[in-house]
Amino acid sequence: MPDNVDPMNPPEPLGELQKPVVAVPSLAQVGKESKTGVTAAVLRKIRSTHPRSSRIPDAVFGVIILLSAISVFAIVVLVVWELISQSRISLHQFGIKFFYGHDWDPVNGSFGAMPFIYGTLVSSFLALLLAVPLAVGVAVYITEMCPQRLRASISFLVELLAAIPSVIYGLWGIFVLAPLLREYVEPFLARTLGWTGFFSGPAYGLGMLAAGIILAIMVVPVIASITREVMTAVPQNQREAVLALGATRWEMIRMGVLRNARIGIVGGVILGLGRALGETMAVTMVIGNRPEVAKSLFAPGYTMASVIANEFTEATGDLYLSALVEIGLALFIVTLIVNALARLLVWSITGGTARVRA
Amino acid sequence: MPNSAPTPAPQAVSLWRRFSNQGATVFAVLAAILVLVPLLAIFVYLVIKGVGSINLAFLTNTPKPPGEAGGGMANGIVGTGLILAVASVIGLPLGIGSGIYLAEYGRNRFGDLIRFTADVLNGVPSIVIGIAAYSLVVVPQKHFSAFSGGVALGIMMIPTIARATEEMLLMVPNVVREAAYGLGIPKWRTTLSISLRTASAGVITGCMLAFARVAGETAPLLFTAFGNQFWNLKLNQPTAALSLQVFTYAISPYDDWHKQAWAGALILILLIVGAVAAVRITTSRGMLKGGA
Repeated sequence: MPDNVDPMNPPEPLGELQKPVVAVPSLAQVGKESKTGVTAAVLRKIRSTHPRSSRIPDAVFGVIILLSAISVFAIVVLVVWELISQSRISLHQFGIKFFYGHDWDPVNGSFGAMPFIYGTLVSSFLALLLAVPLAVGVAVYITEMCPQRLRASISFLVELLAAIPSVIYGLWGIFVLAPLLREYVEPFLARTLGWTGFFSGPAYGLGMLAAGIILAIMVVPVIASITREVMTAVPQNQREAVLALGATRWEMIRMGVLRNARIGIVGGVILGLGRALGETMAVTMVIGNRPEVAKSLFAPGYTMASVIANEFTEATGDLYLSALVEIGLALFIVTLIVNALARLLVWSITGGTARVRA
Repeated sequence: MPNSAPTPAPQAVSLWRRFSNQGATVFAVLAAILVLVPLLAIFVYLVIKGVGSINLAFLTNTPKPPGEAGGGMANGIVGTGLILAVASVIGLPLGIGSGIYLAEYGRNRFGDLIRFTADVLNGVPSIVIGIAAYSLVVVPQKHFSAFSGGVALGIMMIPTIARATEEMLLMVPNVVREAAYGLGIPKWRTTLSISLRTASAGVITGCMLAFARVAGETAPLLFTAFGNQFWNLKLNQPTAALSLQVFTYAISPYDDWHKQAWAGALILILLIVGAVAAVRITTSRGMLKGGA
């Protein structure tokens, strides 16, 4: 595209009548112009012979398009600025202590975000622990094993999982998953693995474990679709080469595909982590919402996103509101870092062509 | 290997290698099943529990006070429509516009910056977008409103639409543009009537996906649209939304409300899956595949 000709800067005015262009450069030359820049002068000449009426709309169009692009940038800047300015009171009052303080006491105006940070981290890592093997397994199945006919429909179904709104996951979690956990899974875990300390205490159903499982279901499609994409990006002759050396199918997948795609897969996992960290509704509905740091996964917890969801509209006083916004700011910074890292890793594998959806 | 050398006898695949090969196959199949089970379970439960509570009253009435049977989510359905309309008015032009910029003008440093910012915006948790919309719209306006909810969802639509539009425009061959320029058609006309038109199937896919993504969003509406027990068609008043109502009903202690939450969720998912499926069908027939 000829983008180095500035539509904002109309060339010097011409004589009263337009003369017909004598030497028209070939289309190929015009097309190459943006890459080489050699024919820019020729193109400018053509432009200058165009009637003025067609240049003004072009300039207007260019400005409108530029403005809408700038709006994206402006929105992000505004979001950051609002988060910082709204959390100023809390930032000044508590400083770094905010992030390791344990008590969350709105009545006495004492705020420490540790229980929420703990809950967010534990539920997200639990989700990744469950989701990564499943997501990689699904991606391997779809790209390497599945009959050609089923391929499209299975990947569609996995992606459908990403289209379900989180409030519906939460609804399902409350009324289907939590009773299931309470009646069967948690008593079983307590009997067999209770000695580890992770699975002890009363089985409520709602709690850290339920949040981890719901989050796992929600991040599987994110990780699976990236994994599938980076696996598809592995050249076919890698597979053929490994197979020709006498490898079994699994050895081919392990050595020929997964090893080549591993950086991209890690990127997908980190992208899934970003999704899990910021997930709000489903987690709020199943985690039990109690700000405490407990070792047992059966115990209720609280996350950064869900404390904002639950308490923001009820926050009385500027300090309380500002503490909640500060949690939001922390969440924003963490997801920003996590997402940037993930994109970098995925881009390094697929050369920027992969569609990264979060 | 020289031709004269005898080829070694093919070695039998050892027991362990055969075992691990089959184990991996079994694991991958199991993983696929395990991932699809929750999907199936969610849909089955939605249908079983939701269908029974969907009736004319549910679709035409507003909520009754807790404890009273009956009532519906009509105001929530309309409210979701209202909020999504505002979101589309904000998100579609800005999203498509920045997509055009990225594809047609943005092959430079500034374009990379916008591209990165769009990706950042895409990764921002929806609840944080909610806080931003709250302080940008609700605080100056001094009350919760449908408009602020629409702003929050509109912001969330922009990056998805922008990247989809960019990608689809880049798939339009440059020859097409050159042909248009050769005919003396100005750039704006070429972009809108030739490039964008050629890429329209993919761009529409991107828009529908963005729409489906925000249609079920709840977190950013909690403190923007806020919810409402009554009818509201004014943009500057608190408004009910289907997703908000599902949330409130699901965490309430009333059985009747639980039933209505399932029904509301079923309607919400029908809206979203309908949009995604429509996209699937149109793109699988269209020239430009992509999107879903």
